[in-house]
Amino acid sequence: MDFFIAIVQILDSTIRLSVPLLLACLAGLYSERAGVFDIGLEGKMLVGAFAGAAAASVLHSALLGLGTAILISVAFAMVHGFASITHRGNQIVSGVAINFIAAGSTIMLGQHWFQQGGRTPALAPGERFEAITWPGADALRDVPIIGPIYSELISGHSILVYFAFLMVPFAWWVLYRTRFGLRLRAVGENPAAVDTAGISVAWLRYRALICTGILTGVAGAYLSMVQNGGFVKDMTAGKGYIALAALIFAKWKPVNAMFACLLFGFLDALSIRLQGTPLPVIGKVPVQFMQALPYVLTVILLAGFIGKAIPPRAGGVPYVKER
Amino acid sequence: MAQAAIELIGINKSFGAVRANRDINLEVARGTIHGIVGENGAGKSTLMSILYGFYQADSGEIRVGGQPASIKTPNDAIALGIGMVHQHFMLVDNFSVLENVILGAESDALLKRSIAKARSELERLEREYGLEVDPDAIIEELPVGLQQRVEILKALYRGAEILILDEPTGVLTPAEADHLFRILKQLKEQGKTVVLITHKLREIMAITDTVSVMRQGTMVATRVTKETTVGELAELMVGRRVLLRVEKGEAEAGAVKLAVKNLTVKDQRGVTMVDDISFDLRAGEIVGIAGVAGNGQSELLEAISGIRHAVSGSVMLDGKPIDLTGKADPGELRDRGLAHVPEDRHHVGLVLAFEENENSILGYHDDERYLKGPLLDIDAIRNDAKDKIAKYDIRPADCRLKTANFSGGNQQKIVLAREMEQDPGVLIVGQPTRGVDVGAIEFIHKRLIAMRDQGKAVLVVSVELDEIRSLSDRILVMFAGRIVGERGPEATEGELGLLMAGVEQREAAQ
Repeated sequence: MDFFIAIVQILDSTIRLSVPLLLACLAGLYSERAGVFDIGLEGKMLVGAFAGAAAASVLHSALLGLGTAILISVAFAMVHGFASITHRGNQIVSGVAINFIAAGSTIMLGQHWFQQGGRTPALAPGERFEAITWPGADALRDVPIIGPIYSELISGHSILVYFAFLMVPFAWWVLYRTRFGLRLRAVGENPAAVDTAGISVAWLRYRALICTGILTGVAGAYLSMVQNGGFVKDMTAGKGYIALAALIFAKWKPVNAMFACLLFGFLDALSIRLQGTPLPVIGKVPVQFMQALPYVLTVILLAGFIGKAIPPRAGGVPYVKER
Repeated sequence: MAQAAIELIGINKSFGAVRANRDINLEVARGTIHGIVGENGAGKSTLMSILYGFYQADSGEIRVGGQPASIKTPNDAIALGIGMVHQHFMLVDNFSVLENVILGAESDALLKRSIAKARSELERLEREYGLEVDPDAIIEELPVGLQQRVEILKALYRGAEILILDEPTGVLTPAEADHLFRILKQLKEQGKTVVLITHKLREIMAITDTVSVMRQGTMVATRVTKETTVGELAELMVGRRVLLRVEKGEAEAGAVKLAVKNLTVKDQRGVTMVDDISFDLRAGEIVGIAGVAGNGQSELLEAISGIRHAVSGSVMLDGKPIDLTGKADPGELRDRGLAHVPEDRHHVGLVLAFEENENSILGYHDDERYLKGPLLDIDAIRNDAKDKIAKYDIRPADCRLKTANFSGGNQQKIVLAREMEQDPGVLIVGQPTRGVDVGAIEFIHKRLIAMRDQGKAVLVVSVELDEIRSLSDRILVMFAGRIVGERGPEATEGELGLLMAGVEQREAAQ
C-alpha cells in the first residue's frame, strides 16, 4: 500500500510539473504550426512569471496578476512577430534575443522595484491561485485505491492545472475543426497558397503568436503564482527548451504534446522522488545525476529515437513574395 | 469583336532599376482564349501578377468587364471573378483536395459545414467541366496533372469568369497537356475567358484565338492566331530571326565511350528508380533520353556521374569502370574526361553567391592553369572567365558579378562553358535548356552539336520533347525507370508521347 501511495504521489507531482511544459508546448504548437519557430518560449514564460508575481503582489489579486502575465507575454510575442514576420528577420536570432532580454530585465526590474535580490515579495494567499478541492475529496480520501486517486490526482489542483489540460482538446479542435485552424496549418506549410487565396499571411501569423503569448503567459503565471509563492530569478530553468523538445517529440500534434509533456514531467517527478534514495543494485546515485535525467532524455529523444519528425514545411522561413 | 473581359491600359511596373513592364496595353475579349508569349523575363508573369493583385502597378489602369477596377490584393481579383493557376502550384501538399479548394473561401467559421457545402459544389463543377478528381485525396499523392485540376477547381469554386494560367504545361506529359487543352476549350464554350501564358509557341497555335507577344517588358504585337505563324511569333519574341530547329549533319558514331550495363538505382526509400538499364554512348553522337520528369532520368544521370549509389550494374568510361558506390571522386571522373552539366544548376551546378569567374572554374580549381603555388591565380581565373564570356556570349559580360544576378539562360551558359571548355570526351547534360530563352536555346543547341561534330560523346536528358527530337541522333525513352523504346530522330511526337506515358508497355502487359 505504501508503494501505491508513492506511485500516486509521483503521478500527482508529474501532473504539477508537466503543466508549465504543457502550456509552453501548446504555445509553441500554435506558432510553429503557423510557420514561425519560437525559441523564445523560455523568455516569454519568464517575463510572464515575473509580471504575474509582481502585479499580484502589488495589486493583491491573483487574477490581475494572471492578466498582467498574459499581457506582457503577448507583448513579447508581438516583438518576435515584428522582427520575424513584419521585418522577416531570423526567427532563431529574434527568439534568442527575447530570452536574453527576459533573463536580464526580470532581474534588473525586480531588484529595482522590490530590492530582494531579483525576487518578488512572497505572495500572500489570495494573491496566488489556490488548490481547488473537489466535492467529496476529503470524504473519499480513505477509500482504498479510488480515494487517493480522486483526492490526490484529480482533486486538489489549482485552476491553471485544469486549464492547461483543457487546452489540449481545445487546441486540437481549433487546429482541425475551425477555419482559423485550417488557415493556420496552411500558412505553416505553404504561405504562398494562403497569400494567393486572398488571406493575409502576416496577420494570420500574428494571430498565431497571440495564442502563443497567452499560453506562455499562463505558463509563467503558473510557475510564480502556483508552483512557487513568488518570482525567483531564472525560475523557468530551461522549461521553454524542454517544451520545444516535447513539441518535436510530439510531431507538432496537441494530444501527442500532452503525453510528451507528461513523460518529461514524470521524469522530473521521479528524479525529485529518488533524490537521496538508494536504488537497488546501483546504490546511492548523486542528486545531480537524477536532476539531469529529463535533459538527458531530451537529448536522446531528439537524437533520433522518435522516428522521423516532419516539421511544418514553411517553418523558420520568413515569407517573401516571389518575384 | 466581342466585349472586352479585361483591358490593361498603360501599365508600368519596376523592381528597383529593372523595368519589368513598360507602358503595357492589352485587351482580352470575353469568351476567348488569349495567349501571351515571350521569353523568360519578358514580363509576362509580372503583368499577370498585377492583374491578380499580387503586385501593384506603378501606374496604369485596369478595367474588368468595362469597369475601372482597383486590384490591390488577390482578394480584390477573386471578387472581380479573376482566378489564377500559378506555374508553381499554390497548394498545401498535405491537405486534401477539398481543404485546398475551400482555403480562403470557407463559408463558415467551422470546417464541417464549409466542407459539406464545398463537397456538393465541387461535384457539380467536376461534372460540368470534366474535371474529375477525388475530393478526399491528399494533394501530395496526386500526379501533377491532377494537382493542376485542383488549381483550376479552386479558381472556379471562387466563381472565376476569367482564368489566368501561367506556364501550365511545363510539368505535364503531352497527353496530360492535351487533356488540359480540352478542359480549356470547354471552359471557353461555357463563356469563360482564358489567358494562357507560355513560351511554347506550339501550344499557342493549337489552342488560342488571339496572341500577344511580349519582349523585354513591352508588348510588341497582338495577332489573331489563325493569321500568324510560329516563325513570326518567334521572331517577335526574340527580336530577330530564330532557327527553331538547329541544322545538323549526319552523325558519325565512333567507338563506345560510355557503356551502361544493367544499371539499377534505388532512392532513399528503397524504391527502384532506375531499373536494369543498358545502353552505349559512342563518340560523335548525341543520345537523348526522353521521358516525363520523375521517371528515373535524374537518378540515372547522378549514378553515371558517380554521385549516387547504384545497387547493381556497371558503367564503363573508355573501357574502365566508374565507381558506383555513390562515393566516386568527381575530380577523378573529370580527369578521365567525363563532364557533367547537372539538371539543377542552382543547387548542384553553381554557387549562386559566388562571382561569375569563381563559378566558371568550380570543380576545376585544382587545375594547374588556375594555380600559383598553393594559391589561386586570380588573374588567370578572371582572364579565363572573360574568354568564356566572350565565346559563349554570356551577358552581362562582367566576370565579377554575383552569379545569382545572371538570368537563367546565362547561368546555364556559365555551367556549359565551364564543362565544355575542359574538352571532355564524354559530356552528360541534364535539362540543357530548362528555364532558358528561345535565343539562348538556339545557341546552346548549336554548341552541343558542335561538340558532337568534334567527335565527343554527348548524352542529353530532357523533358522537352522538341529539344530531344531536335538534338538527338538516337532517342531513348524512359518510363518508370526503364528504357521502353529506342527511336531515331524522325520519330513523331505522338509516337514518343505514347512511349513516355508508358502506353505501349501497358498494352503489351495486357
